[in-house]
Amino acid sequence: MNHEMLEQKAVIMRKDIVEMLYKSGSGHPGGSLSAVEILSALYFKVMNVDEKNPRWQERDRFVLSKGHAAPVLYAALAEKGFFPKSELWNLRKIGSLLQGHPEMKNIPGVDMSTGSLGQGFSTAVGMALGLKTDNSNSRVFALLGDGELQEGIVWEAAMAASHYKLENLTAFVDYNGLQIDGPNEEVMGVHPVTDKFKAFGWNVLTADGHDFGEILEAIEIAKTYKGKPTMIVARTVKGKGVSFMEDQAGWHGKAPNKEERDQAMNELGGLDHE
Amino acid sequence: MSKMMATRDGYGKALVELGEENENVVVLDADLSKSTKTAGFGEVYSERFFNAGVAEQNLIGLAAGLSTTGKIPFASSFAMFATGRAFEIIRNSIGYPRLNVKICATHAGITVGEDGASHQALEDIACMRTIPNMTVIVPSDGVEAMKAVKRIAEFEGPVYLRLGRSGVPVINDHENYKFEIGKGITLKEGGDITIIATGLMVHEALKAAERLEEKGVEARVLNLHTIKPIDRELIIKAAEETGTVITAEEHNIIGGLGSAVAEVLSENMPVPLKRIGVEDTFGESGKPAELLEKYGLTHAKIFKTAIEMLAR
Repeated sequence: MNHEMLEQKAVIMRKDIVEMLYKSGSGHPGGSLSAVEILSALYFKVMNVDEKNPRWQERDRFVLSKGHAAPVLYAALAEKGFFPKSELWNLRKIGSLLQGHPEMKNIPGVDMSTGSLGQGFSTAVGMALGLKTDNSNSRVFALLGDGELQEGIVWEAAMAASHYKLENLTAFVDYNGLQIDGPNEEVMGVHPVTDKFKAFGWNVLTADGHDFGEILEAIEIAKTYKGKPTMIVARTVKGKGVSFMEDQAGWHGKAPNKEERDQAMNELGGLDHE
Repeated sequence: MSKMMATRDGYGKALVELGEENENVVVLDADLSKSTKTAGFGEVYSERFFNAGVAEQNLIGLAAGLSTTGKIPFASSFAMFATGRAFEIIRNSIGYPRLNVKICATHAGITVGEDGASHQALEDIACMRTIPNMTVIVPSDGVEAMKAVKRIAEFEGPVYLRLGRSGVPVINDHENYKFEIGKGITLKEGGDITIIATGLMVHEALKAAERLEEKGVEARVLNLHTIKPIDRELIIKAAEETGTVITAEEHNIIGGLGSAVAEVLSENMPVPLKRIGVEDTFGESGKPAELLEKYGLTHAKIFKTAIEMLAR
């Protein structure tokens, strides 16, 4: 799949995110939209997964440690064919498949239940450890939020990943700079992120998190490293692609109303499903 | 004097055997492997032993992740830290997805002794049994601990196994002994009163029953090694047939065995019930035997309580 096709997938995913949040009436648009290119690259170019056999043992794994961005994961999984797109429109509704945060027991393609920040990253390290023990070729990918880095378990897990030399683990920080209460640096500074992970023994790469060229290049470089996990610090824009949501902490956990949804769809190229 | 063995020693022995029997078994610890007795497994199966360092939250997260790759992780630390500090990770990353992780925590209860209240977990049963999908097992001696370890390795799903530091008398070392998850064991028949005990209090219950017998009181003694799922039938039947129940545990009387039995009886067979345990207080430093005495975890306390209840 070339970059142009990945761009098309990204547009579809953004529309699906906006639409599912509009229909659910609650959820997290900002951090879902900022991670669209990363998940698009992973699911449509990088990861070896089988939508017909979601539990296939040889698959690559993905853990959405910033579980509140569930809509971006669901959009990718539905587009990939893990479940019908119609499920998206029941997000967060009672009795529906798609829970407010990723749930692995019932949702095809979800590799770990997440939502409580930091835990997904820790479990991803455990997965990588298990796969490495088995000399498996499968890789583990994880996505963390920048605010999530404030959780202590993130650093326990980071220490363990380098201690056990987990080169089969590649993680991303969706570095959009904003969290619920405002900019990271005002709430609880996380800077310098790259130096922190370097100090914890990781290979650290940086990328523009909305540029497929840079994302894919970083993932390729990560595959060549031996003896260390890789952290790709991806500079992103919260709410990317919807003008009035971009760089606004207020759109962390708020669903668009009808008017906002219509405007967002217009900006994204028009509504293509109802 | 019967043979003494700590339940943690039974755990350590069984783990080494499990390592041979099942190559999917992996063991994790948080820098306490000599105390939790996982070190023996680590020496023989080093490639399947992972130290998380002093990081109990990540210990549990690693175990959860490992289980998704087909491993059967046994994760150990002291009960205080494994269930207290890592509670929410157990709930969200093991209980909720129903992952096949065995949390085997040692140094539970007041018999931790000299380390004092900071290390004496008296609320772990309560915490663990409120998590859906969780099975909670408290062996009464080293033999039961070994049987439980073997059984939970075959059982699919999350388990909390509560183990102790101190040596306890071996009471289950006989041919008829059979461990079944969720099935209590009637150690002594009797029609006057029922003593339901778990962990090291099972031995105390048996001694209390002996003394009661001398007074002409026939006490039934149940070993409830599984707190969840609880053996409702056995408890209800005993209450119905004896009319009076005492529970005994090395745990806060809030939330543990006593609470679980009270829940069953109050809804199904309300009879007079007294709970013996640590009475909603923290422990302190001291020798295990001194602490058991001071906090009323003795056969004497069970005996006295039984006599009082029957006199009413």
